Amino acid sequence: MQVFGKTQDNLWTLVAAPTIWGFHFLFSYFLAAYRCAPNDDVFRNIGGTRMAISGVTAVCLLLILLIARRAWREWRADGGGYSNNQDTPEARERFLEFSTLLLAALSFAAVVFETLPVLVFWDCR
Amino acid sequence: MTDTTDQSPTFADKEDEAVRRAQEDRLRAVWAAPKGWRYWSAVNNTEVGIWYTALSFIFMLFAGVLALIMRAQLALPENDLVTPDFYNQAFTLHGTAMMFLFAVPIFEAVAIILLPQLLGARDLPFPRLSAFGFWCFLIGGVFVMGSIFFGQAPSSGWFMYPPLTTEEEFTPGYGPDIWLLGLSFIEIASLAAAVELIVGTLKCRPPGMRLNLMPLYAWYVLVVAGMILFAFPPLIAGDILFELERLFDWPFFDPSRGGDPVLWQHLFWIFGHPEVYIVFLPAIALVAMIVPTFAQRPILGYSWIVLAAVGTGFISFGLWVHHMYTTGLPSISLGFFSAASEAVAIPTGVQIFVFIATLLTGHVIHSVPMLFVSGALANFVIGGLTGVMVALAPFDWQAHDTYFVVAHLHYVLIGGMLFPVVAGVYYYWPLVSGRKLSDRPGRIAFWLMFAGFNLAFLPMHYSGLAGMPRRVWTYPESLGVGTANMISSVGAFVFASGILIIVWDVLRPRGKEPYAKRNPWNAGTLEWLVEMPGESWGVRSIPAVTSRYPIWEQPNFIDDVDKGRFYLPDAAEMKRETIITSVLDGKPLQCLRVPGPSFMPMIAAVFTGAMFIFATFHWWAATIVAMGLSTISIMVWLWRGTSLIPEKPEKDVGLGLKLPLYKSGPHSVGWWAMFIMMMGDATAFLGLVFGYYYFFTIHADFPPPSTVGPGVLWPSVAFGLFAVAWSTALGARLSNQAGRVGRARVLMAAGALVALAASAALLWGPYVTGLRPTAHVYPATVWVITIWTAAHGVAGSLMLGYCLARSLAGRMTPAHDIDIFNVALYWHFVGFTVIVTVGTLAYLPVLM
Repeated sequence: MQVFGKTQDNLWTLVAAPTIWGFHFLFSYFLAAYRCAPNDDVFRNIGGTRMAISGVTAVCLLLILLIARRAWREWRADGGGYSNNQDTPEARERFLEFSTLLLAALSFAAVVFETLPVLVFWDCR
Repeated sequence: MTDTTDQSPTFADKEDEAVRRAQEDRLRAVWAAPKGWRYWSAVNNTEVGIWYTALSFIFMLFAGVLALIMRAQLALPENDLVTPDFYNQAFTLHGTAMMFLFAVPIFEAVAIILLPQLLGARDLPFPRLSAFGFWCFLIGGVFVMGSIFFGQAPSSGWFMYPPLTTEEEFTPGYGPDIWLLGLSFIEIASLAAAVELIVGTLKCRPPGMRLNLMPLYAWYVLVVAGMILFAFPPLIAGDILFELERLFDWPFFDPSRGGDPVLWQHLFWIFGHPEVYIVFLPAIALVAMIVPTFAQRPILGYSWIVLAAVGTGFISFGLWVHHMYTTGLPSISLGFFSAASEAVAIPTGVQIFVFIATLLTGHVIHSVPMLFVSGALANFVIGGLTGVMVALAPFDWQAHDTYFVVAHLHYVLIGGMLFPVVAGVYYYWPLVSGRKLSDRPGRIAFWLMFAGFNLAFLPMHYSGLAGMPRRVWTYPESLGVGTANMISSVGAFVFASGILIIVWDVLRPRGKEPYAKRNPWNAGTLEWLVEMPGESWGVRSIPAVTSRYPIWEQPNFIDDVDKGRFYLPDAAEMKRETIITSVLDGKPLQCLRVPGPSFMPMIAAVFTGAMFIFATFHWWAATIVAMGLSTISIMVWLWRGTSLIPEKPEKDVGLGLKLPLYKSGPHSVGWWAMFIMMMGDATAFLGLVFGYYYFFTIHADFPPPSTVGPGVLWPSVAFGLFAVAWSTALGARLSNQAGRVGRARVLMAAGALVALAASAALLWGPYVTGLRPTAHVYPATVWVITIWTAAHGVAGSLMLGYCLARSLAGRMTPAHDIDIFNVALYWHFVGFTVIVTVGTLAYLPVLM
């Protein structure tokens, strides 16, 4: 839905970025767990799994960046103020856009964190 | 706001003292708590919230006494003050009660008291559901805690790890059953509270309270209730598997028949770690209300707090395996959880900095609540830092199951939860009783608690690193931790003496002491509109809000509220009412009639509780009777108290605003409640399905080649019948809406019958192929998923029958169709459940 020529933010747009983190987290965990089970050959190389996780990471980071970009642009377009305690729809939008931006930044960092094990572990030990 | 009141047609009336007094009399009569023995039928938040809070504190004190007994036992090496068996029961009940009977319920209890006040609402949308939750909590809690007096308490730790707990030879008696069934019952009450609080926060805000004006406490409540919705159901799923193994020998956790004890650990900690944040966030929410008041300025960085609450809410679901670092999972898996455990420190830290910044930029008033807040921040930061340490797998391998972890978790929970809650007790006591608690004893209590706490738990870091394991009845002198333990024990008693002072201050008779002045702390948020002593109507009129701190920032605000110049200043029809508003902007949408006192929630809770208790002792006939009575009592409750057709379509709520009295579908609070409840239900179902795929992953061949599954034929038949039942539910809703009542009734009747047939067909599959659930984990898993889905089909059939009866009785019409709308929504979820069930059990093995 469009208001003031831009997307109307709501609770779903607010949680979109952390939801992507959640997807990335579960995907990485489930895929690695599936590849390594039942774990009788712990030295087996899991290069394919690591590549797949890296690929999904790239997609997730891109999506989070898109969310951040939209929130940033719309927030800046409205002046980018930090004051959002007024009784206006603009203040509500400003609040949601800025909070979305913050959550996107956190989610970006968390997805990067979540990918680090792939750089360190090469097998199922 | 005075400008808008001038335009009201009834403005002149409102300024007339006689009119005002008559309004007050009506409001007082409508919202009055029942008298005499009927007092216990009260459902209003001011009564239920206080019972709930008091009971949580009683359980906390009980669990605290158990801790003192443990500390007395551990004060000296090789002590034998209590028996090892009693010691095991004591630490198990201590952990269980502190988590399930204090930390989580106190959140629900306090939120039930505070949320309506904070939102300027007269009550939450489902007061009887809150009352039901309270009675469940009372029955379940007394059942679990009472078991220790019969020497039958669970004794295997609050996490109940199998196979210790599933094998009769290790844990004879009823202990684990009492834990499983007693707590499952309380978990249902928690889900009920989550539904109530989410709908309350989103739909019961006062007109004008946009999302960006919502008090921070409400943001936290929203996040935490959402977390309960996704964290508790996996535990319920785990409890079901566990109890089936205990009662009927279905081998979910028995490796000799394909089961795996680690599955329980997964299901338990998928609940157990978010649980820590479910406990911590609401307590920190109290801090977010207290800090601005005593800094005498609005919170600095409102968005950052929302970031912290929402961010923690999500990331806390990615931490559960850090309780399982030593179970032998592949290092790469541990890595993912270690990464998330580090990442969660970011949002958690942010809120601490926000509080410190708010205090630094304000003019801090020193007071008892502020003292407890400072103590909380100091202790919690220590617990957070040791948390970052144990989040690292290699460090955790050293510290796992030692007193280091005991020290860590108590710094987190006492620093992050107990101190803020006590701060909240001092801060909000005037709201509950009309008087402040005493200042001097409060300060003494704080220093005793702060010193005692650190004395007790700081040395445990050392005891743990020196090699003292957790959950041991005693330790040898040669370990060299005798002094540290003695200090810990002394500290524990010093800490307890602080608590005792608070208890005394709360309970001591206050005689003729004067009431506190209104808004005694000079706070800015709506809950302080309350009069001293409070009136049961909550707010005299429901205000229009234009600011985050209306009492500070909206001119003449308290007077306008008191003089009834805002919404709903009257109860002309002698009914309890509150206003429902939109999610984003708080636009008024409906005047909701909320139900008044009733014994039905209590009766329903008694029968439901009886069902769980009888099952514990394997009294199957009694269990089935109780189940029937429980279903009937819930239906009577719904029939008499919900979706009542109002005497007129809309009413004037004041300020020239007319609002409808009845809304159905996505506009009704009942629809939201059904949607939220079914999200929790679907999560529990996915917990069971997780079990199936878990075994699928860990076994090279699952289903085992030698076993036949439920086949394809009967699951397919069931699938077809469920599809028909689903479409009749949807068709009945649409036909009824279109005014074709006759057709709708036929569809409801047909749907009810087809749903029963569908459930029977689904169960027939594994029955006819002869799957024996005790033989191997595969048939057991098939059966449990099948039964879950079939039970949902039977419940759906009952619901369609209920709607048919409502329609025939004239309680459901084309314009008043809440019931069938909600039942159709339920059937969408059943549809999802059936697709996953049949796909997983029948089609997947064929495809693989």
